Amino acid sequence: MSVNQQAHTGLPYGQPQPGYQGYQQSGYGGQQMPAVHHSQYGAYNGPMPGYQQPAPPPGYFPSLGFPSKGSPVCLNSDTPILAPNFIGALRAPPPSGAPPPTSGAPVPAGQPVYSQFGQGDVQNGIGASAVQMQRPSASQPFIPGTAPTPVSQPATFQQYGPPPTSAQQLTNHMAGMQIGTSSSAPPPAGLGYGSSTSVPSASGSFTATGSGHYTPYSSSQGPPPVNVSHGLPPTSLSPNLSLGQPAFSGPPMSAQHPPQASGFVSPPCSTGIGPSSYPSTTGAPRPSTMQGSPLPGHALTGLPTSQPNHVSSPPPHPAMSGPPPGPPVLGLQGPPPPTHPSPSGYQMQQNGSFGQVRGPQPNYGGSYPGTPNYGSQPAPPPPPKRLDPDSIPSPIQVIEDDRNNRGSEPFITGVRGQVPPLVTTNFLVKDQGNASPRYIRCTSYNIPCTSDMAKQSQVPLAAVIKPLATLPTDETPPYLVDHGEPGPIRCNRCKAYMCPFMQFIEGGRRFQCCFCSCVTEVPPHYFQHLDHTGRRVDFYDRPELSLGSYEFLATASYCKNNKFPNPPAFIFMIDVSYNAVKSGLVRLICEELKSLLDYLPREGSIEESAIRVGFVTYNKVLHFYNVKSSLAQPQMMVVSDVADMFVPLLDGFLVNVNESRTVIVSLLDQIPEMFADTRETETVFAPVIQAGMEALKAAECAGKLFIFHTSLPIAEAPGKLKNRDDRKLINTDKEKTLFQPQTSFYSNLAKDCVAQGCCVDLFLFPNQYLDVATLGVVPYQTGGSIYKYAYFQLETDQERFLNDLRRDVQKEVGFDAVMRVRTSTGIRATDFFGAFYMSNTTDVELAGLDCDKTITVEFKHDDKLSEDSGALLQCALLYTSCAGQRRLRIHNLSLNCCTQLADLYRNCETDTLINYLAKFAYRGVLNNPVKTVRDTLINQCAQILACYRKNCASPSSAGQLILPECMKLLPVYLNCVLKSDVLQPGADVTTDDRAYIRQLVSSMDVAETNVFFYPRLLPLSKVDIDSDTLPAAIRNSEERLSKGDLYLLENGLNIFVWVGVNVQQSLIQNLFGVSSFSSISSTLSTLPVLENSFSKRVRSIIDMFQSQRSRYMKLIIVKQEDKLEMLFKHFLVEDKSMSGGASYVDFLCHMHKEIRQLLS
Amino acid sequence: MATYLEFIQQNEERDGVRFSWNVWPSSRLEATRMVVPLACLLTPLKERLDLPPVQYEPVLCSRPTCKAVLNPLCQVDYRAKLWACNFCFQRNQFPPAYAGISEVNQPAELMPQFSTIEYIVQRGSPTPLIFLYVVDTCLEEEDLQALKESLQMSLSLLPPDALVGLITFGRMVQVHELSCEGISKSYVFRGTKDLTAKQIQQLNSRVRGYAGSYEARPLQTQEQPLISSRFLQPVHKIDMNLTDLLGELQRDPWPVTQGKRPLRSTGVALSIAVGLLEGTFPNTGARVMLFTGGPPTQGPGMVVGDELKTPIRSWHDIEKDNARFMKKATKHYEVLANRTAANGHCIDIYACALDQTGLLEMKCCANLTGGHMVMGDSFNTSLFKQTFQRVFSKDFNGQFRMAFGATLEVKTSRELKISGAIGPCVSLNAKGPCVSESELGIGGTCQWKICSLDPSSTLAIYFEVVNQHNAPIPQGGRGAVQFVSQYQHSSTQRRIRVTTIARNWADAQSQLQHIEAAFDQEAAAVLMARLGVYRAESEEGPDVLRWLDRQLIRLCQKFGQYNKDDPNSFRLSDSFSLYPQFMFHLRRSPFLQVFNNSPDESSYYRHHFARQDLTQSLIMIQPILYSYSFSGPPEPVLLDSSSILADRILLMDTFFQIVIYLGETIAQWQKAGYQDMPEYENFRHLLQAPLDDAQEILQTRFPMPRYINTEHGSSQARFLLSKVNPSQTHNNLYAWGQESGSPILTDDVSLQVFMDHLKKLAVSSAS
Repeated sequence: MSVNQQAHTGLPYGQPQPGYQGYQQSGYGGQQMPAVHHSQYGAYNGPMPGYQQPAPPPGYFPSLGFPSKGSPVCLNSDTPILAPNFIGALRAPPPSGAPPPTSGAPVPAGQPVYSQFGQGDVQNGIGASAVQMQRPSASQPFIPGTAPTPVSQPATFQQYGPPPTSAQQLTNHMAGMQIGTSSSAPPPAGLGYGSSTSVPSASGSFTATGSGHYTPYSSSQGPPPVNVSHGLPPTSLSPNLSLGQPAFSGPPMSAQHPPQASGFVSPPCSTGIGPSSYPSTTGAPRPSTMQGSPLPGHALTGLPTSQPNHVSSPPPHPAMSGPPPGPPVLGLQGPPPPTHPSPSGYQMQQNGSFGQVRGPQPNYGGSYPGTPNYGSQPAPPPPPKRLDPDSIPSPIQVIEDDRNNRGSEPFITGVRGQVPPLVTTNFLVKDQGNASPRYIRCTSYNIPCTSDMAKQSQVPLAAVIKPLATLPTDETPPYLVDHGEPGPIRCNRCKAYMCPFMQFIEGGRRFQCCFCSCVTEVPPHYFQHLDHTGRRVDFYDRPELSLGSYEFLATASYCKNNKFPNPPAFIFMIDVSYNAVKSGLVRLICEELKSLLDYLPREGSIEESAIRVGFVTYNKVLHFYNVKSSLAQPQMMVVSDVADMFVPLLDGFLVNVNESRTVIVSLLDQIPEMFADTRETETVFAPVIQAGMEALKAAECAGKLFIFHTSLPIAEAPGKLKNRDDRKLINTDKEKTLFQPQTSFYSNLAKDCVAQGCCVDLFLFPNQYLDVATLGVVPYQTGGSIYKYAYFQLETDQERFLNDLRRDVQKEVGFDAVMRVRTSTGIRATDFFGAFYMSNTTDVELAGLDCDKTITVEFKHDDKLSEDSGALLQCALLYTSCAGQRRLRIHNLSLNCCTQLADLYRNCETDTLINYLAKFAYRGVLNNPVKTVRDTLINQCAQILACYRKNCASPSSAGQLILPECMKLLPVYLNCVLKSDVLQPGADVTTDDRAYIRQLVSSMDVAETNVFFYPRLLPLSKVDIDSDTLPAAIRNSEERLSKGDLYLLENGLNIFVWVGVNVQQSLIQNLFGVSSFSSISSTLSTLPVLENSFSKRVRSIIDMFQSQRSRYMKLIIVKQEDKLEMLFKHFLVEDKSMSGGASYVDFLCHMHKEIRQLLS
Repeated sequence: MATYLEFIQQNEERDGVRFSWNVWPSSRLEATRMVVPLACLLTPLKERLDLPPVQYEPVLCSRPTCKAVLNPLCQVDYRAKLWACNFCFQRNQFPPAYAGISEVNQPAELMPQFSTIEYIVQRGSPTPLIFLYVVDTCLEEEDLQALKESLQMSLSLLPPDALVGLITFGRMVQVHELSCEGISKSYVFRGTKDLTAKQIQQLNSRVRGYAGSYEARPLQTQEQPLISSRFLQPVHKIDMNLTDLLGELQRDPWPVTQGKRPLRSTGVALSIAVGLLEGTFPNTGARVMLFTGGPPTQGPGMVVGDELKTPIRSWHDIEKDNARFMKKATKHYEVLANRTAANGHCIDIYACALDQTGLLEMKCCANLTGGHMVMGDSFNTSLFKQTFQRVFSKDFNGQFRMAFGATLEVKTSRELKISGAIGPCVSLNAKGPCVSESELGIGGTCQWKICSLDPSSTLAIYFEVVNQHNAPIPQGGRGAVQFVSQYQHSSTQRRIRVTTIARNWADAQSQLQHIEAAFDQEAAAVLMARLGVYRAESEEGPDVLRWLDRQLIRLCQKFGQYNKDDPNSFRLSDSFSLYPQFMFHLRRSPFLQVFNNSPDESSYYRHHFARQDLTQSLIMIQPILYSYSFSGPPEPVLLDSSSILADRILLMDTFFQIVIYLGETIAQWQKAGYQDMPEYENFRHLLQAPLDDAQEILQTRFPMPRYINTEHGSSQARFLLSKVNPSQTHNNLYAWGQESGSPILTDDVSLQVFMDHLKKLAVSSAS
């Protein structure tokens, strides 16, 4: 498909239209291409090219304009090269090194141009750091800007090619526009954006600057300008269609801008472009992106660093630029900012909306014309007519940008409301008072002050918390604070723990709670004098005063029955029914346990793990083992009374590994032998959990059960299940029952388990339906994990299973935990998602919590927040460490509050948002028809984006899709969520798979959901054998795959190696050790170990990926045109899926339509 | 046959039978006037050195309702090869094997000296003996260790092909699987939940399926004499395994918090043991041996809660109806005992603890199945160790002194009917023409099952004379009784022992003196005592005493010689002279008096009283007292406080206790160490003599008695003081003005007072 892209670049423009049409139609119709992606693609290609032509280049150019804003100079420098990159550039602007100044300058000074730009930049900056106030003003100006839009539009058109960028740009523009406008016309931010018209102007600039501008952008990107774009972010409105363009006509503004500040100019251009460009032509979209970026830019400007992030675009630029030639390049750039593509789609929509709605083609024509204009005007390249997939916001681009912009500097948490780098970026965190994003990530770092605003925006306020996250080795784990007998210092009223935000008053004799404002006496032993700034003298000596995350040693009063807990225990419970024995599983587990027991989690430097272990095997009855060290031989105790489970022994069941080693080894040796001839096929399940729980209860400790289970528990016993799998229920109102447990028995059992601190990890090895939805209840509610190995085969699955087991056993875990999230007055944690149990509305109870589990917490307003004080979160986790120590882990996070929606949109985190939305939806399927859930999701997103469009974006044609920079990936990611197996199952997805995924996702962190929903796809031929850097990922679309290449795709559960039919034989030889494509075995579960640098490198990449994920991924070799390819294609999430999921482009169009409906 | 005494003794030695009356009153009316019922003590397996078993089947009377065994009392027509049954007068053909019969060629069973004969019969395949150990693990470490050693030792005493099984219990019940190599397996059950027989059978079947190799084999399979199951394995195969397993037995690992008793699931453990045997080996000789160190505290059959602050029930509680668990527990064990008996298995209870262990509730397990009941303070005492060892003692033939699954059938001539039996047996509910409608003891049947027997097991069997008063005595006729015991010998052979006895009828009106002279007062005392004890199990103590007194008074009225209303004229003939004294001691015995005894102790004493033979029973009723002094050889002395003299050593045997008591002076001498001085060697000998004698008793007694070595003034002397007749008490000590003897601090009446009252009442015309 990549070819196609190229093709596009070349041919593009002309064809585009048809392509679009095809697309649109198809997209809309949904039918489009029956099933054959190719054909569709073909069509796409058509469009693609079109897009590329139109959008990208132009858009970018405009964006370039933006950059100029950011830092004119930079822009200039870059311009030449980057033109296309503009978008990127725009983002680059953020680097705003320039912007800040600019912003500063702009706002005040050159309100018109500069201001806008500046603002844009500023905003960007803000976005990063904190949305600055400026924006609002900016927005105002924007309004006026709107007028200009038109101009910008034209630009946009050109930009269309670049759309994606444009989208960002647009936002930037918007921002910028606003800023600019702000000076002029404050109020309607959106309008202000419109002002982005400035964009148009930008476009104008584009035209003017043409490539020149672009270059600047790029340059700008590198530096400040980038910021701008970033800040703006998001706007990737690429969508703005020609229609929008007209609206943008406002562009003039932008045009103005450009002129004003040449440097700025560029930015303006972008802005202008975004919006205006669309209307006028595709060009518009780009501008939009430009604009988008500018906005953020504003924010960014404030923060250089942050801006850089935005700047990330710059990197893209290069990349972008790299790929596409002139226009195409643009297109490429475009892609990053979704806009472009969307534009096309939009156009369609716009058309529709415009009235032409349907007549996409015609519309296109119309719109295109506009575009052409743009193209002609600004950058000739943009002939674009259709939505070019390259021009719609590209996750890859965004990720790359962020990585380049923010990966290099440490993220210092001292400042309130900073948006952290993306999860895909490697960065170092320095804790200076707020919890690391590795522990907490929020959907937005700027919370609306009022619930009205929150409701209006529909942006969920949520935090994804991973309290026990593992930190990289170069970051310091939380310090352990011991306050001795009296225990941690807490607020008298709300019981919040001492944290950096507590205000000491009266010379340090008292402190005022930052959450509830209650004043509490400082206990004498904790008293310390304050320095002249009101800070305690021992500020830096006490982690709880200076750090965002730390631990307290709990006192007895934090323990059950006021007794310090015993060290926890691990109980291994192995199914020894016929299936398990026959598949070799039992032997495998026993062998592995022998060595694995040496690696039980230990605390710090303690030499020997305090964790005790016990063993149980079971089929229809349970076998407990006495492995007391004094015994010569283990003793087996059979409990056949499964109806009323109990633990037959106490002493000798849970033992210290080292003391009982010989007995344990002897036991593990004998288990496979003992059951070698078993003919028992039935199993029980609930009694197994009961047994484990009872054992822990008897030993008075918390702990974890590792259950290895193979089949539906049909033996006569409590919790017996029947096979109720019924695919006919799919797409009916009863579908939800497939996700619900068959019986409430397990929920009650889970409750008991939680009370005992008994966490259950379940390893499933099903050969058929075993009702994961029901079996998973206990693991889920106790904070455990489920691992599933369908059709387990020793040869292929052993590695994966063993690695999972090893990791699961070894990972850091807390037991018998209670988590509570306290917030400052005004908001309140109202809803929780994840693997845990709640007996009341505030306390999250986790029998076990490991380092990979996250809890997502949603907040709602119950009062007003103030911008001054911001909003604070304190997550306190009381748990028992693996050594049996009772501890409190505290994470604090401060967020900004805003009265302007733009600030909210500028400080959003799309990945986190998706994480939340996915969890929300996945929980929703329990009680609602899947279709309802999907509609709710789409609707919510549409509202979010519509709200932005209405309130923050510069006024532009309704046909223009304007996305906030920070959320420009929302549509593509959301589409991935909608297409996921849970919400839209394919024919080959089993009920168990869906239930499994549903539970799995519920406790995923942001990084995991990110890659799970939008898999990482790497071209292996581009791998640099000599360096550690990875090749740039490519977008998940079949058309990006080349027949002559090898690709690696990972989604956190699987790794695919896709082999094209035309791959060089030498590569095949190097990687697989076979001579030809046809002799590659698709049953390989690992790559052969070959002594050549390519093989080594690929394997090391795979190993690296494996180590990054909490689960060992299954390696699947997919040969092109092989039957497994269907499976693989399922993960090409930008394409239309077999099960009816929309392609990215189609979905974007659909989303645009939704938004427009909301707006009208 | 000079005297009746000799006759009685001879009969006892030959047949193991002692009748209360050796000449029988010929009518029902007369018989009832005799007061002491016509009854006998039967020791079915009395050891007979001179009785080689014959290796053929007995010949039975062909009348279906009779089926008496051919015996010396039968009329035989050698010519016609016919014999007439002496019970039903049916004429029977001899079987073909007897074709060569003639006056000079008689089969053994026709010879008079073989009034008791034992047949070895071939019925089915011999099944090995089964020993199922049910072991309490809630013991002190020391106790458990001792118990483990005893159990390990016992393995070497078992016949090599015997099957053994092991169940341990504490809070849980573990059934150990013995057949496996390597890892030892056990099945564990909750101690609070009873399992139905079905569940246990499922367990067996499950085990089979699980093992894959084991298959239920019908007991009759000829070529597979060796039956086994996972839980019951031949000793010789798993000797080592089981030894190791026992060695590794841990104390019950569940923590016992302060103020609590350990949770002990005796009820469920027994239930599982019973169920296990029931499912696998019904009607095979099997012993369930329960070793427990405390009361059941949970689950079915719990006797007391686990709170130490609530003490286990006492007689006081029981009288006040304050023993909340007793009824339920008793019911539980009764059900178990009946099931066990129905399967022909027996349950032994070895209870060693300082406090009560719930024998009261569990007693039926041993009582109904013929099992042993042993009570001790600790498993780490020789009392337990030796007793347990003696369970496996062997006779002169090297055979274990135990038999299983016996059925005793009693046949009588027409003038007699069977009222019932008292002893370690259960009714088989076999109605027949010779079953009386009036019941004494376990009645309504002519067959009983005795699940476990040893050579001293003795049953009391009561008869009723049904001959009408005016019907003539069959001229020269003799009443006959035949006892047929079929049992599984410890060698696993099936054997049948047949005892046929006959006694003369006498008209009580004309020949009372014959009847009187043939009165066996010892047997009568024991038989009456058994009746009394049997009643005491279900009736209030005072009622039983009153009944006993009435019987005694009536007997005295009937057989005493006196003038009305003149107590001083009262005399009893020799054959009755000791009887009142027995009754006096019986009244004071722990069998009828619960004062100073815990319910467990009472149960324990009664258990043994109901199964020991006449001699032992008499010792129990009236302990034997020997006196050792310089003045002569040891001599038996009166069980009286007057026998307690300062210069004597006393040796008392109460069956349950052996007490050696040093008189005051002797004790002082001993303290002074005279026995160590060569010149007082005779004193050393004197001290040694009772010890040796005691040792002799200890060697043979089962269960081993408590051995008490005490002296004047010591607290342990109470064992002696409580037994002797309190002829001198603090009330009359000075009145008697004697220096001899030792006063007993009691308000109990002495024998003298008792006799005075008896005489008075006997001669009173009012009654």
